[in-house]
Amino acid sequence: MPIITYREAINQAMAQEMRRDPLVVVMGEDVAGGSGGSAGGEEAAGGVMGVTQGLATEFGRERVIDTPITESAIMGMGAGAALTGLRPIAELMFADFIGVCFDQIYNQAAKFRYMFGGKAVTPLTIKTLIGAGMGAGPQHSQAIYPWLSSVPGLKVVTPSNPYDAKGLMIQAIRDDDPVIFCEHKSLLAMEGEVPEESYTIDFGKAAKTREGSDLTIVSMSWMVNFCNEAADQLAGEDFSVEVIDLRTTSPIDYETVYESVRKTGRLLVVDEATPICSMASEISSAVAENVFESLDAPIRKVTAPHTPVPAAPMLEALYIPDTAKIAAAVRETLEYEL
Amino acid sequence: MQLSREELLSAYTRMRTIREFEERLNVEFQKGTVPGFIHLYSGQEGIAVGICEHLDEDRDYIGSTHRGHGHCIAKGVDVKGMMAEIYAKSTGVCGGKGGSMHIADLDKGMLGANAIVGGAPPLALGAALTAKTLKTGGVSVPFIGDGAANQGTVAEAMNMACVLNLPMVFMFENNGYAEFTAASYATAGSIEARAKAYGMPGTTVAGDDFFAVHEAAREAIDRARNGGGPSVIEATAYRFHGHFSGDPQVYRSAEELKSVREDHDVLNNFRDRVTEAALLDQQELDAIDAEVLTLMDEAVAEAMAAPDPMPEDLFTDVYNTYQ
Ligand SMILES: Cc1ncc(C[n+]2csc(CCOP(=O)(O)OP(=O)(O)O)c2C)c(N)n1
Ligand SMILES: [Mg+2]
Repeated sequence: MPIITYREAINQAMAQEMRRDPLVVVMGEDVAGGSGGSAGGEEAAGGVMGVTQGLATEFGRERVIDTPITESAIMGMGAGAALTGLRPIAELMFADFIGVCFDQIYNQAAKFRYMFGGKAVTPLTIKTLIGAGMGAGPQHSQAIYPWLSSVPGLKVVTPSNPYDAKGLMIQAIRDDDPVIFCEHKSLLAMEGEVPEESYTIDFGKAAKTREGSDLTIVSMSWMVNFCNEAADQLAGEDFSVEVIDLRTTSPIDYETVYESVRKTGRLLVVDEATPICSMASEISSAVAENVFESLDAPIRKVTAPHTPVPAAPMLEALYIPDTAKIAAAVRETLEYEL
Repeated sequence: MQLSREELLSAYTRMRTIREFEERLNVEFQKGTVPGFIHLYSGQEGIAVGICEHLDEDRDYIGSTHRGHGHCIAKGVDVKGMMAEIYAKSTGVCGGKGGSMHIADLDKGMLGANAIVGGAPPLALGAALTAKTLKTGGVSVPFIGDGAANQGTVAEAMNMACVLNLPMVFMFENNGYAEFTAASYATAGSIEARAKAYGMPGTTVAGDDFFAVHEAAREAIDRARNGGGPSVIEATAYRFHGHFSGDPQVYRSAEELKSVREDHDVLNNFRDRVTEAALLDQQELDAIDAEVLTLMDEAVAEAMAAPDPMPEDLFTDVYNTYQ
């Protein structure tokens, strides 16, 4: 199987869907790589991170549209076009910029179907960069998927690896509801095996990235990779840790989580988001409510602290939940005796 | 209006300081010692300085952008503190927690660089409201890129400033590009015409001519200070570097890149003007250049030697109080 990056996997998914369906269009700031420069029409970048590279050349600028810097208009145009017959991919360069345009997303796109009595179909995909790890500071580093996931009507996708990124992107484009596809900027260069052909991954279907019997870790996006690392380390200490990658934080695959906790009796939730109203708190409360009798230890959470993301790289490193913090929390939870 | 010797020396020193700050940072960034990413202001010095030479440190405010180093220096933010901030050190003006795109110094009337395009104009509106309410005589100036010009926040701030007759100058810096996209592609109509549509004065000046900016700024700032309300200045500007340090700029032609530096260098233009008119001589300008270079050596050396923030700094200053 070909080995490609997370960035290439997302790019491939978009290109394949654009070939398959002429209604798919891409819009956003510099997604075609910049327009109107003195050097002429060539693709300069293909998005600031190169994720849309090559699309303008293959599909033309009618379908790959560079927009002004105007996120409300981009998101609204995406929502309105989706409502009226296109299948747009609207890029919000960094998820942090959602503050500029959230109305178009959560009051408009997310609510059309419900408010309009089930008559609306809004096949909008919003692709956006999330997360810390680049020293990009407080307004370019946040993991905001928990509060997006709290909005009824929105679906939220948080792929942790190239294979999932491709399958989930294709599903997002084909899905008839508004989907926010969260690309983690620290994963863009991650390599993995990705089939050449098109495939989809269903939303609301978690993946078990490690099998184990002593403790369950639930996570999503970048953090899954640290959880896997911690599980591998702990395997050397004879601890058997199961890792569940939610893959989508709306819808959530609660059943897979419950089933695992019934088996292991111990739960750790790892989330890059700030702790209050996080995915970690959502999963914890759902497990406490539904599989309480199976628990042999208090549920533990490893999250970012309740602070903005600091610019200084050494502070950012402390901010990010990492393998060492996860492994320590696993050990403590395993040592707990009722 | 003729500037005094002191005014000329001050303006030149500030512009040269900005230029060398940015050029030195560019070199250091390429070495990999500067964290994050940085957007350089080289080429646009005449705009920040042309405005800020009219502003007071204590009662006047500016709002800035992701390309904020020049605005900070022009408004009097400490150069060494800025350098340390960009190096993410505890001695930085924001303790290393903000970085290049969040340098702020409220004591100097600097409301912050801003990593959100279009983030500052509404905030500058607030500073103007404070000035009007408290009758400080203060003026508030947001700097706005050609790309930012298209944000709703900018349109909203322009309208509100007119409705409330606030003491403001909307300073647009049209450097022809927003990231990799040309203003000629992304900005419809003209910015000056947008001002007129709101019923406020608007004027366009050459941003590589310090004296032109300085004169337009004087008029606009005086008007705002004297209760005449907001206005717009659009300066044509020349971005010497890429969008960020390290941007290969394949979207710009070689001729354009050559021309911005050779034909539109505001510092060269300034030197030519003042020496031809015998207002200042080459030697004193060279002496300033040398002093500025020494300052940059010190600023970088001190920033690199400065301590990192403490681990516990991660948790401080989220709130004033929080129980
Ligand atoms: C709300 C928001 N959208 C997009 C960006 C990404 N971005 C950063 S700078 C920039 C271009 C800004 O262009 P302009 O306003 O002309 O300023 P210049 O870079 O030329 O100084 C963009 C798109 C951002 N930081 N914030
Ligand atoms: Mg610009």
